[in-house]
Amino acid sequence: MKKLPYIKGLSLLLLLSGTSTPVFAGSEDVVVENAWSRASIGVNRPGAAYMTVRNTGEDTVTLTGLTTPLAMMPEIHETKTNAEGVSSMAPAGEITIEPGQSVALKPGGLHAMLMKLQNPMIEGETFPLTLTFSDGGEVTVEVPILGIAARGPES
Amino acid sequence: MQRRHVVQYGAAGVGAVALMLGVGWWRVDGPGAPKPAGQRPLPLSAMDFRLTDHEGNEVGPETLIGRPTMVFFGFTYCPDVCPTTLSDISGWLEDLGNEAAQMNVVFITVDPARDTVEAMAEYVGYFHPAIRGWTGPANQIARAAEGFRASYERVPTEGGDYTMNHTASVFLFDAKGELVTMIDYHEPREFAVPKIRRALTEYVEGAT
Repeated sequence: MKKLPYIKGLSLLLLLSGTSTPVFAGSEDVVVENAWSRASIGVNRPGAAYMTVRNTGEDTVTLTGLTTPLAMMPEIHETKTNAEGVSSMAPAGEITIEPGQSVALKPGGLHAMLMKLQNPMIEGETFPLTLTFSDGGEVTVEVPILGIAARGPES
Repeated sequence: MQRRHVVQYGAAGVGAVALMLGVGWWRVDGPGAPKPAGQRPLPLSAMDFRLTDHEGNEVGPETLIGRPTMVFFGFTYCPDVCPTTLSDISGWLEDLGNEAAQMNVVFITVDPARDTVEAMAEYVGYFHPAIRGWTGPANQIARAAEGFRASYERVPTEGGDYTMNHTASVFLFDAKGELVTMIDYHEPREFAVPKIRRALTEYVEGAT
């Protein structure tokens, strides 16, 4: 059940790429699991989405960016909390995932920051989020929108 | 020749130790020391600020004295830390159930320019009903943060908007307004809930 969004994304990708499947160097082995996001209040506040990005292949992959029709400026950000307890947030840049490894986008760490929302994020709906990789490959996931106070896909 | 080497190494060793001590001093006590760390929040009775809660009531530190209190600084345009902390707090309160019914739980904005009373009302409405949202003039927010030894800073983002860096710890006070402890950002529930129980226990003990 949890893998469904990924399968949907992959089949979409395969469909789009048609018969002349381009040769990617790694990103075809990327699996996105447990994607979720929180509902927004209107469109002025940025949204956030979370997921686990797993590299099941044998090549290192580099996640370079995000695109989504939901937001004009989607970007991977990282929250850091220093020794004094002060939290700050900054673009995370490119994220390298070694073969067999995964990267967790989760509250308080890495997250897909969805800036300049085009539509409000409404609980119960989903939106497509495309992860782009340095080898030119893309993986699209359908991200469920949970409540504003959601703590994760389990709750 | 040999001897000179030993002396040189010895001197280098002393130098290295001195350097390490120096670095240690710089970080812990010297100018490199984290400023707010070690500076505990004032007792609520020693704070002085005037704010407005999300229902339009005038509030201040004295509003909180008499019941155990949990305070958190944040802002409603915060996509990650603030909803996470508010949902953590909501979860802690659910775990505590009736035990927490007598507690003040306050979310103070560090972004009063965008967080009006109405914005705070809408936002806190999505979390545990015990959570109150406080906002007010920038100078009063600054005085509140000073009392709690919390810090915040406006940071521009690429899109022309801005975000806020801010202290993300949750402050716990007993019913007399004395600091009991702090809960660090995203601290697991098994650590956070006993800390809250401590603030509640001190309330019971204080009452008898």
